[in-house]
Amino acid sequence: MTPTATDPHPGSGGRPPGAGTFTPAPGAAPVSRMILAQTALETRMLLRNGEQLLLTVIIPALLLVLFSAVDIVDTGAGKSVDFLAPGILALAVMSTAFTGQAIATGFDRRYGVLKRLGASPLPRWALMAAKTLSVLVTEVLQIALLTVIALALGWSPHGDPLAVAALVLLGTAAFSGLGLLMAGTLKAEATLAAANLVFLLLLVGGGVIVPTEKFPEGVQSVLGLLPISALSDGLRAVLQGGAGVPWGDVAVLAAWAVLGLGAAAKLFRWE
Amino acid sequence: MSNDPAVEIRGLVKRYGPKTAVDGLDLTVRKGSVTAVLGPNGAGKTTTVETCEGYRRPDAGTVRVLGLDPVAEAGALRPRIGVMLQSGGVYSGARAVEMLRHMAKLYAHPLDVDALVERLGLGGCGRTAYRRLSGGQQQRLALAMAVVGRPELVFLDEPTAGLDPQARRATWELVRELRADGVCVVLTTHHMDEAEQLADEVAIIDAGRVIAHGSPEQLCRGGAENTLRFTGRPALDLGSLLKALPDGTEAAEPTAGVYRVTGDVDPQLLATVASWCAQHGVMPSSLSVERHTLEDVFLELTGKELRA
Repeated sequence: MTPTATDPHPGSGGRPPGAGTFTPAPGAAPVSRMILAQTALETRMLLRNGEQLLLTVIIPALLLVLFSAVDIVDTGAGKSVDFLAPGILALAVMSTAFTGQAIATGFDRRYGVLKRLGASPLPRWALMAAKTLSVLVTEVLQIALLTVIALALGWSPHGDPLAVAALVLLGTAAFSGLGLLMAGTLKAEATLAAANLVFLLLLVGGGVIVPTEKFPEGVQSVLGLLPISALSDGLRAVLQGGAGVPWGDVAVLAAWAVLGLGAAAKLFRWE
Repeated sequence: MSNDPAVEIRGLVKRYGPKTAVDGLDLTVRKGSVTAVLGPNGAGKTTTVETCEGYRRPDAGTVRVLGLDPVAEAGALRPRIGVMLQSGGVYSGARAVEMLRHMAKLYAHPLDVDALVERLGLGGCGRTAYRRLSGGQQQRLALAMAVVGRPELVFLDEPTAGLDPQARRATWELVRELRADGVCVVLTTHHMDEAEQLADEVAIIDAGRVIAHGSPEQLCRGGAENTLRFTGRPALDLGSLLKALPDGTEAAEPTAGVYRVTGDVDPQLLATVASWCAQHGVMPSSLSVERHTLEDVFLELTGKELRA
């Protein structure tokens, strides 16, 4: 039985004459409308949150400007912005898909939002789809802003935009899986602390602003397997080096995406 | 519309680890009725309601809501029910009207949000984030979210907990209106007066079982006998009074000159006692009827105070 099959006056939107205010007229909205509404709400909640904006916009923008203008880290030959911009884009993806999503979802769970929506007509898969769309909308805004700043700093990007899009999407999938895994298994406060700590560690060790070649060789091979290193190295190979699709990095990101999303799907607790 | 019950629970068992929260519970809720699930904290009220809402999977027994299995047929059931959780359920940064408007968008024929906002006095919440609303405002928003989709059946988990008397009465008024418009309401409470005021049917729950079920009047009459007390001169002939009274009624003189009649105290019994007094030249200096409340019924059934 579909929800609308029980609707006493389908498509009317009104109610029969003489009926009271609360006379039942149950039925779910079309799923596309639900997803759209949920995406809009999730995005508004994200953009309204000051801490989230600090993480997703202000920190990446500041790092980009600071490290491009001041020669703090040896970024190798060429303009430092050409090295930094791809790393900062990777950081932006991580800040939204992983850190921001983990913290927001952790608190949604804690405040019973996921539970309450679970009793609404919105199916769980549609809620997750809306969360993903909201992450992608935020990333588009971040990438647009950071690209403008980088271009103003003299950035000259190369490469195939489709390869960049593929890397960003795979990176988003990998980080979303890890973020949701954390949010769905830990307490909200633990998620808050852990997500920020991981953000900081990956910022330093993931080839975002410090080239991974600066680390000892044994450490390097491990760092290379991190999703952030794969994303920043991959983006750098395309945008700085003009390479085609960096298949090694793609493979690392795909593996993280499968592992993270699979574990999240299995272990996520809604209450 | 069919006469199938809105909710039918048979032998429900739900355990959390070693603790049995619900222990063989049976409950039937008639369509169009207001049913109060009454019991002390920890009696299993919330677990029972949350099983009906599809949040919990029964360890044993069956639950049917509007004829559907709440877990297996959740997709068909959810658009038809409204849910008010005991607390939370709203984004901490969302505004009251924003959240309500969002919930409305998830349904095919929602109520007019502006009218509902006005009705529940949520207009004054303005741009305040949910986490900064007062407890009463949060409760009213949760209630509004439960009814905005024009459901057939509404579950309200302690809808008036923490409300001031005025807000409580406003909530009662809304429940009465829902009933008048044909919405079936299941609410949990540990307030006797709430159950007496609102409910067509009351199910008293203790330790995970329904220990009494019926209308408030039936429960007050059936569970505990009522008492009629009068005072007169000492050592009246109670034997002749007992002969005049229906079977099963008792009469005693616990202290000299104070008489107690216990049984099914109705107008006929009162008339019988009065005419017996007239025949014996007794002028009672006081006469009172003590009606048992649900509170007494509960105490009698469980030996516990309701709010313990």
